[in-house]
This record gives sequence, C-alpha cells and structure tokens, in this order.
Amino acid sequence: MTGDILRAEGLRKQFPGVLALDGVDLSLRAGEVHVLLGENGAGKSTLIKILSGAYHPDGGRVLMDGRPVRIRSAGDARALGIATIYQEFNLVPQLTVAENLALGRPPRRFGLVDRARMERDAADLLARVDVRVDPRTPVGRLGIARMQMVEIAKALALEARVLIMDEPTAVLTTGEVEKLFAIVRQLRDEGVAIVFITHHLEEIPQIGDRVTVLRDGRSVAEVPASTPHDELVRLMVGRPIDQQYPRRPARPGEPLLKVRGLTRRGVFADVSFEVRAGEVVGVAGLVGAGRTEVARALFGADHYDAGEVTVNGRRLPPGDVHAAMEAGLGLVPEDRKGQGLVLGAAVAENLGLVTLRDATRAGFVDRRGQRTAAAKVADQLGIRMAGLDQEVRTLSGGNQQKVVIGKWLVAGARVLILDEPTRGVDVGARVEIYQLVNELTAAGDAVLMISSDLPEVLGMSDRILVMARGRLVGELPAARATQDDVMAMAVAEVEGGRVQ
Amino acid sequence: MAVSSNVLVRRRSPVAVWLAENGALVALVVLVVGLSLLSSDFLSVTNLLNVGVQAAVTAILAFGSTFVIVTGGIDLSVGSVAALSAIVLAWGATPAGWPWPVATVAGLAVGVACGLVNAVLIAYGKLPPFIATLAMLGVARGLALVISQGSPIELPAQVAHLGDTIGRYLPVPVIVMVVMGVVAAVILNRTYAGRAMYAIGGNEEAARLSGIKVDRQKLITYALSGGFAAVAGIVLASRLASAQPQAATGYELDAIAAVVIGGASLSGGKGRALGTFVGALILAVLRNGLNLLSVSAFWQQVVIGVVIALAVLVDTLRRRETS
Repeated sequence: MTGDILRAEGLRKQFPGVLALDGVDLSLRAGEVHVLLGENGAGKSTLIKILSGAYHPDGGRVLMDGRPVRIRSAGDARALGIATIYQEFNLVPQLTVAENLALGRPPRRFGLVDRARMERDAADLLARVDVRVDPRTPVGRLGIARMQMVEIAKALALEARVLIMDEPTAVLTTGEVEKLFAIVRQLRDEGVAIVFITHHLEEIPQIGDRVTVLRDGRSVAEVPASTPHDELVRLMVGRPIDQQYPRRPARPGEPLLKVRGLTRRGVFADVSFEVRAGEVVGVAGLVGAGRTEVARALFGADHYDAGEVTVNGRRLPPGDVHAAMEAGLGLVPEDRKGQGLVLGAAVAENLGLVTLRDATRAGFVDRRGQRTAAAKVADQLGIRMAGLDQEVRTLSGGNQQKVVIGKWLVAGARVLILDEPTRGVDVGARVEIYQLVNELTAAGDAVLMISSDLPEVLGMSDRILVMARGRLVGELPAARATQDDVMAMAVAEVEGGRVQ
Repeated sequence: MAVSSNVLVRRRSPVAVWLAENGALVALVVLVVGLSLLSSDFLSVTNLLNVGVQAAVTAILAFGSTFVIVTGGIDLSVGSVAALSAIVLAWGATPAGWPWPVATVAGLAVGVACGLVNAVLIAYGKLPPFIATLAMLGVARGLALVISQGSPIELPAQVAHLGDTIGRYLPVPVIVMVVMGVVAAVILNRTYAGRAMYAIGGNEEAARLSGIKVDRQKLITYALSGGFAAVAGIVLASRLASAQPQAATGYELDAIAAVVIGGASLSGGKGRALGTFVGALILAVLRNGLNLLSVSAFWQQVVIGVVIALAVLVDTLRRRETS
C-alpha cells in the first residue's frame, strides 16, 4: 500500500525455547497513532525491539518508504528516523535537561561544547512539548511525567518520523495522561507516525486511529480504534484453550496462608485474601498491577507499611525471609535466573540452598545428607541432567524451574508462591509442573500462583484473584470464569485512580 | 522430548576436563620442571624450603582473601591488618608487659576486629567492599605506625619461635601455612559459613530469598579474612624476630593475585583453598626462580604482572568456551 511510512512483513523471532514472533505484520502511516494491543507475552516488546534495532528478526522484513531496510543497531534506527521511548527512560539523571537532549552530539564551538547554544536549543525543544522547565535542571530532579516529556523532546531533536511509545500512560496520573495525549496529537498532526502501546482499552478511542492486535506472536487483526472493547478483548485473548491443564481439585482444608490489609505505600494497598490447604489460588492482572510486589512482601523479601501475614497459624514478622521459611512458606520468584538460582553452582547445591541451615550441626554441613535429599527430589521432579554436579546454568528453562521448586520441596514448604512458574518453560515441562502442583495440593499443601498466562490461571486455579493498580479488584471461581471476565476486571479503572 | 536436547553438556575427555580445572597446578609443575632444568640450585632442599617459607605469609593472607573473593567481595586491608596485629602483639608483650599468650590473643583479636569493621561498613553501611577495605588499609597501617611510633618492636621469644625450623627440614611457617590451608579448605567445603559464601557470591539475591542471612554471613567472612591476616602478620614478624609497622606493605595485592591465579573469580561464587595454595606457590617459585637466574628485580615485577594477566586471561577464555 502506498502512503505507508513503515511496514513490517512476516516478522519472525526465535529465542531459545520460545517462538516470540511468528509472522507479524504492521503498517504505519505518517500522521497516525497506531495502537499495539496484546496480552503480556504476545510479542509487543519483541516487535518494538526489532524496530528499534535491539533485536534482529530471524525472518520477514521491514520497509521504510517502500524500500527494505536493515536495522542492525540503535544507531541505524536513529538514522532512519525511528525513536523509541521505553518504560525505563534512557536518560542520565545526573546530567541536565539540556545535556540529555544533546547527548552524544552536543553543539561545539572551537572544539568545545557550546553550552549557551545547547541550552537555547533545549529551550526550543521544551517549548514544543509545552514543558516549562529550566534546561539547566538535572533530569533526576524532574518527576516521571516531565522526564517522559524530555524523552519526547529528545525524539523531536532527532527529527523522528516514527515514534514508538511503550506503555507511556502506565506511570502517569489522569491529568498527566491528558497532557501527554495533547502532545501526541500535535505530533501526529505534524506528520509523525506514532506506535502507541497501552493496556488501557478506554484510552484507545481517545488517542488511536488504528489498532493492530497481537496474540501469541502473530498479528491477528488490524481494526479501527473505534472497535468496541468486547471485540478488542475477544481478539486479544480469543485463542482455543487446549486441555493442557490437568488440574485435579483437592478438598480445601484449613486456611494455611492469611493476608490481611497488606499495604505498601505507592505500590499496593489493602490486600486481603486466604489460601486454604489443598487449594490453588491464581493471581491474575497486568504487568505492574502489583502482584509480584505483594508476593515478595508477604514472603519477607521486601518491607510493607501495614497489614499482617499468617502462615500455618503463625504471624510472620515483616521483612524476615528466614521466619517465613521456618513457618513453611516458599517463594519461586518470577526472575528465575536473577533471584531463584545460583547459576554457576551445581544442581545439588541449588537444591540444598534452603535446607543449608537445617543440615548444619555445630557449624558443619551434612553434605552427604543434603546430597541424598537432593537426589530424591531431583528424581521425584524428573529433572533431566547429567548428574547432581551439573552446573544449573546449562540446564533447560524447564529443568531450571524444577530446581527452584525443588529446593522448597527439600525444605518441606507447605505454602508455595509460584510467580510466573512456566515462563520460558517448554510445553512438556509445563505439564510436569502442573502435575506437581496437583500432587502438592493433594497432599494438603497450598499454592498461590501468579501468572500472566490467562489459560494457565483459568486451567490450574481453583479460585482467581484479580489485581489492578495495586489493589485486589475481584475474585472469580476458576470453573466458571472466562478469559474475558478476568481481562475485563484487570483492565478496569480502579475508583479514585492509582494507589498513592 | 529427547533427553539430549535438555542436557547441554559438552562431552570432553576426563583428562582434558581435569587439565582445564587444574590449570594452575599444571602451570606450577611446568614452572618447577623448567626451573630445575635452567638452574641446578633450584631443586636443592634448602632452596625448596626457602620457597616454602617465602610462600607462607602470602598463602595465609590469600586463604583469608579466598573467603572474601568467593562472596564476590575484595579485601584490600589484609597487608595493613597483618602489620597492625603483629605490632599490637609485640607492643602488648614488651612495653605493656602482658604475658605473651595474652598479647598473642590481643594481636589476633585486633585482626578479627578490623575484619568486623570492614564487614559492618559493607553489610550495613552498604559501602562497596573496595572502598571500605581501602579505608581500612589506611587506618590499620596508620594505627600500626602510631602504636609503634614508627619503629620495630621486639617480639617475645616464645612467639618468635614461629620463625624457627624444626630439625633441619621443617620450617614452622610452612607448618602454619599448611594448617591454615586445611582450616580454610574445611571452612569452605564443610561448614555452613563456607557454603553460604559460595551461594552469596554466586547470586546474592537468590541466597537471600533462600533464607541465608547475607549480612550476618558477610560479618563472618570478613572477620575470617582479618583473623587470617593477623596470623600471617605474626608469622612474618616471627621470621624477623620483630614486628615492623611497615611490614607486609602491598601484600594484599599478592594475596589477591594468588587467589585469582588459583582459579577464583573476582565476580564471586568460585574459588578453592587448594587453588589459592597453588597460586601462592606459583608466585613464590617464580620470584625464587628469577632470583636464581639473576633476573633483575625490576624485570621480575614485569614478569609477575604478565603471569597474573595470563592466568586470568586463560581462565576467562576457558569460561567463554564453555558458556
């Protein structure tokens, strides 16, 4: 089609164990706001990383003005006029606004940086985005909203023709969102093509012109922004749910985990729920809804401001991982490699990490006993390895995850918090992890499962808690809930806006 | 799904694996064989005992540094702490007139205390280990000079016996080195503290989320390093029969070099007492050999610098190949 400033055709991207993009098309016209919509893991991030030169596609092509281009680096993207504003800004907090705007190409005079001109240029750019701030202010002293405007001004300085914005409204208050929209509309009217990612459906008709929906690494539809919400939700989640979720509900017993009024200012507020023996409670919600933060806080990994956590009848002191462990709580963190494993250590070492203290007599570790226990659990979980001495780094994602879960089994944890338990795990190992969850609950243990994978939450939970913007916004029985129900709750505005 | 696709282990011959794992030991053997061909004096009993005594102080310091480096930290203060401990011992025994066992305990306690101060700054003050121990490097050296008023202090005779040789062939410093090496190996391999060091160095957050009290373990780690430094300082003083405030200047770098040559990684999680022992021997053999071959002291520094760079380079290349 003529008039497209940028076209992506059949983009494919394979990561070890995951096919992130499997045929994505995108057409972008000058002077439009094009919304990219999709669940977590649908491929939005991978797509924008390809367009901004951070990843290289394994298949497909990108055209600018009808000519195929290769974007091999951030520099290539910049030369083509593609600017990207990530959620984590690319600003140097210690430098001034003017220095950030001129980063890498400051105006020079006689070989020295011409500060006066740099500050004049900055003032012009700031005026264009309607931000009143002294160009000599260090960026670190600005609030989030104004930092975002500085990022936009940076894109203007590069004379970007394509501006990609990754969830720009996620961090803004309602008033700030209005202001952002005004600037985005102005840029659109100047002929910039804008790719706009958002999870908030109500923003789409306000700001968008067209919407491309991604699902499971494919672009499944391109629809006008006026498309009704129900239809958009259906497009986003409407995949066939295959019966890969062998949940066998157990009879719920006594509450093992009780959380009352858990609050951390600015992160989550007044979170209360229970998990009973034999139960799997799923926690659904968008990225940034505060699910992981709640899990870490109740486990004692982070502090909280108010509320109480009781495990097995024992009230936990805040911020004390050791006490949580002793009470029978275990956490399988979402960042397996960063927080769950000592990658350079052997399987046996990792499996024995939690029980290291218990296996110690007079300062000496019973390493033989540790090894025996590790061997037993490795066998129970079917960890595929060359031996207990194999470095965990060299295991596949699924087997690594089994090791993280396994260290809590060795410790005999009664309440397991699984945060994104099957992310980056292949299908075979997934089902094995589900089977393990069944065995645990059948034996009277309890599982709290945070997951962004809706079919997984629906298929493996007994009850589903939905979080949005730091609050628990609802509870659904898994047997009757649909993906649309969960999604509708997760994207709903919380009264009174965000947690402050 | 096939098992082989999940288990990504490169099949290599056991000999190749052993050689790769024990590169430092291989290098030491090559060095010894080479030097014994180049110099007829090298393999004499007297000379080898000399090498052992030369290696002892570095090795004991390096065993202490191994604990710290395994946790992913660094201790720059060990040379200064060694000197301060010996000075406190000698000052306590001679001008202050304490019984020699009390003075010895005081000397050791000062070393441990310096380590604890380092650890408090690092674990609770959140200072980078480099900075905290750099500060201690200055403070401990300064205190050694203040207490001794800049002059050597005679060591009590009972302690000075640590520098003796039992019979003809058993220098006491070598015995102390071996004992401290075994203690270090047992701590690293068998104790809770040691296993926690590897976990913290390998992934501090994972260790914390597995219930290991990371801050408390760091206290133990740096205290051990300080204690080992004190022992090294006392052994060094015993060889000279006096404690000198300027003793062991720059030894922290030799200790770090020995640990690294022995296969530990400065990013933590990796290192063995035996490796450190071999690393310290390599440094001592190299210095001794270059002396026997009449290489100038200036060139010796160049050679040792090159050896350190090569050792780490080989290790880095090997790791890149396996990952």
